[in-house]
Amino acid sequence: MKKYSKLTDIQNDLKNKTITLPQLVEDYLKNIDQTKDFNIFLEVFDEEAKSKAQEIQQKIESGNAGKLAGMVIAIKDNICYKNHKVSASSKILENFESLFSATAVERLLKEDAIIIGRTNCDEFAMGSSNENSYFGAVKNPVNPEYVPGGSSGGSAAAVAANTCLAALGSDTGGSIRQPASFCGVVGLKPTYGRISRHGLIAYASSFDQIGPLTQSVEDAALITQVIAGMDEYDTTCSSKPVDNYTESINKPEKKYKITYFKSYIEKEGLDPEIKEHLLNTIENLKAQGHIVETSDFPYLDYVVPTYYVLTTAEASSNLARYDGIHFGYRSPNAHDLESTYVLSRSEGFGDEVKRRIMLGTYVLSAGYYDAYYAKGQKVRRILKQETERILSEYDFILLPTTPGTAFKIGEQIDDPIKMYLEDIFTVQANLTGVPAISLPTGKHSNGLPFGIQIMSKHFAENELFAFANTFNINA
Amino acid sequence: MSSIYDKYEAVIGLEIHAQLQTKSKAFAADSTEFGVTPNTNVSPITLGHPGTLPRLNEKVVEYAVRLGSAVKANITYENQFARKNYFYADLPKGYQITQDKTPICTGGYITIFPHTDNEKKINITRIHIEEDAGKSMHDQDPFNTLIDLNRAGVPLVEIVSEPEIRSSEEAYAYIAEIRKLVRYIGICDGNMEEGSLRVDANISVMPKGSKTFGTRAEVKNMNSLRNVQRAIDFEIKRQIELIESGGTVEQETRSFDAVKGITFSLRSKEMAHDYRYFPEPDLQPVFVEQDYIAKVKNSLPPLPNELYTKFTQELGLSDYDASIIIEDKDIALFFNELIELTNNFKAAANWINGAVKSFLNENALHITDFPLQPKHIAQIITLIEENKISNSLANQKLFPTLIENPEKTAEELAQENNWLQESDDDALLQYVEEAIAKYPEKVEEYKNGKKGLIGLFMGEVMKLSKGKADPKLANKLVREKLEQ
Repeated sequence: MKKYSKLTDIQNDLKNKTITLPQLVEDYLKNIDQTKDFNIFLEVFDEEAKSKAQEIQQKIESGNAGKLAGMVIAIKDNICYKNHKVSASSKILENFESLFSATAVERLLKEDAIIIGRTNCDEFAMGSSNENSYFGAVKNPVNPEYVPGGSSGGSAAAVAANTCLAALGSDTGGSIRQPASFCGVVGLKPTYGRISRHGLIAYASSFDQIGPLTQSVEDAALITQVIAGMDEYDTTCSSKPVDNYTESINKPEKKYKITYFKSYIEKEGLDPEIKEHLLNTIENLKAQGHIVETSDFPYLDYVVPTYYVLTTAEASSNLARYDGIHFGYRSPNAHDLESTYVLSRSEGFGDEVKRRIMLGTYVLSAGYYDAYYAKGQKVRRILKQETERILSEYDFILLPTTPGTAFKIGEQIDDPIKMYLEDIFTVQANLTGVPAISLPTGKHSNGLPFGIQIMSKHFAENELFAFANTFNINA
Repeated sequence: MSSIYDKYEAVIGLEIHAQLQTKSKAFAADSTEFGVTPNTNVSPITLGHPGTLPRLNEKVVEYAVRLGSAVKANITYENQFARKNYFYADLPKGYQITQDKTPICTGGYITIFPHTDNEKKINITRIHIEEDAGKSMHDQDPFNTLIDLNRAGVPLVEIVSEPEIRSSEEAYAYIAEIRKLVRYIGICDGNMEEGSLRVDANISVMPKGSKTFGTRAEVKNMNSLRNVQRAIDFEIKRQIELIESGGTVEQETRSFDAVKGITFSLRSKEMAHDYRYFPEPDLQPVFVEQDYIAKVKNSLPPLPNELYTKFTQELGLSDYDASIIIEDKDIALFFNELIELTNNFKAAANWINGAVKSFLNENALHITDFPLQPKHIAQIITLIEENKISNSLANQKLFPTLIENPEKTAEELAQENNWLQESDDDALLQYVEEAIAKYPEKVEEYKNGKKGLIGLFMGEVMKLSKGKADPKLANKLVREKLEQ
């Protein structure tokens, strides 16, 4: 099939009748079938997608199709879709069906996107390699010996393997941007509160955001524009009007003030090629007439610990509902209330999820709360203030997405600390709530792609997309 | 002789959970209706399904502010919600949304035994908003505990008192005052048996005059005012006897067994839950502005103490009459309406505390189901005042007949039934003469000083007039005639 990298190309071909939507869906389904070994999809909604394709094709022909007509999209398996299974890649929700659709899903469907399936991910979005899935690891389509990153590894791989045009993921500490970097696609973590979390299975409520993984900035902008905006079902979702992102990316280029942190670039463990690529990018931006300066941000060593203290605390509470009583997995060996809890949760959750529940329970416990959770909140406030202060002087912060390229499957699974440090450059955006995008601009000598990351002010997605769209990406 | 019990003083603090009478739940649109089929008022939010988020019902804040205003508490400006984490089968999310560090009300007080020598202020520590858990039923099925989640998510306020209560009588009075108040301001039906008002008591004892509190036990599961009193009395006695016999009171949670009349240990301090409170990340803080508080305050109905003051000081009612009237909100409001329609406040109070209450008691009715309106009672009072009907006829005939025919006015009914008093001198004079003529020898006896005989002649006049004679006037005429 022809490889499309943005919806407008598909829509043009549909208009010119060089393709039909049912044909396009067939092609994607064929690709899904051919990449089955990558373990990308937990479920393919093939029949449904085919009949939707017929329906929307007719709408296209009669000229009343929605904005996303022609878009075939996958959703991460932690996003609810009415009367469809949603398992968060966990045994504990293996056969659970959602009674409602996430607001983001509703809005995609309303604009005639076709949801082709649900993608594998780390269990409850906890992980950086997609190896923590009850349904097995996902392979990186660029090189199947490597991880696709996580936790939205299936979504990134789905886009990279051309099994769909775009995918929704969720990003709590880098779960969209890191796999986007590892798989060579575009990944956006929107401003906290930009997109409703209604229907997103919670990992850490004050960090989680749904966002797109795409092959173009244009599609990321379009999807975000469709799914963003206030929602009565999520009171943490902002009522700020949604800008016209697709319009702003086509505006004439502006000259921006950009900063980067020396401490980040000089961070031990940052791959030299990634560092070099970033420095080259900076030079290019300067050459284009942007102002690029360094600033101090002496808190890099604090971001990962703070992130893990706070997210595990929230997770320990968010995951308490999976107790074998009302829904989900119940241990067949349970014989009373306590054993129902203990056995269902012990058997139903994987190791990483258990590790984070225990960490979170610990940091919230009487006697430890002040030393961990309360202190974590304070540090978060400082990080937020400092980041905001810097972003009041600069339009963007430029930084790596990941310290390295994708690693081999199985290579880091026994070293949780090393795995946690995968998030070192991505958690800042979640801790502070600002939007951040990873753009696939780098190609390593090892043959693997990597991204660079841009953060912008709260709710400045329009500027972020406009700037991001000026980069040459090799998705 | 003083007993061991006299050496000690009890220290009691109460935590009262009042279920708010909002139409929908605290954080979901589900109905809060009581008594419907189990597990029918349960949306995915109530069930805690993955992906659901809470959404605050603003009525809950309004009701809490009503209560706070009524007890003169400080209303918190920035309200954070918090999660209280624990596992239980009737708690679908594994946590309860509540308030921890920023309760919506702090301070305020309740006056117990108001207007008596025992009057006492009990200070309130805090009032906070929280959601109820579901209900576990252990006695419906021989092998399983059944769970009804209709109640899960129903809004509550928890009212925490300072440990200033010193006896079970004070505790009883405090709860009764709170119950009266929440009913007055229409936020809770106050029904303890159905669990819409639930009380936990923290009880300790200390030697009289001591300033250091003893170790407290928390007693739960007392589902009536009477049981609260019994449980506290038992617990005080138990603790004193324990100390006197050389033991020490353990900090623990105890339950009241209403059948045996005892408390027993539920869990020790070591087994106490660590609730791991932390700010609820799914809800934005709620800011309660001053003008909002003012608006809520202005919408409050008159409170019992305000009515008491009005009734005693403005209307001149006795403490006793006023206290009885304010006991029930709806009766007080009925009366409050009635006094707008008549100036005879004493008569109004007598009618309410007399005939009206007797009727309600006899028929087991609440005043809201009473067929008559304040205007009917006012009409009766006016008829009596204008000497158009005697008090006894009004009580015995007119009032019951009016209840049967509330579409008529009192005067219409009195007219139809020919109960209107004859104050027409000529007609009356005729009865008087007839009565006197009937007993010539008694007239002589009267004239010889047996003045009590006037009752005989009056009785005869009333008989002849079929009760319609204005007794005052008749009395005057009989006397004049006899003394001619």
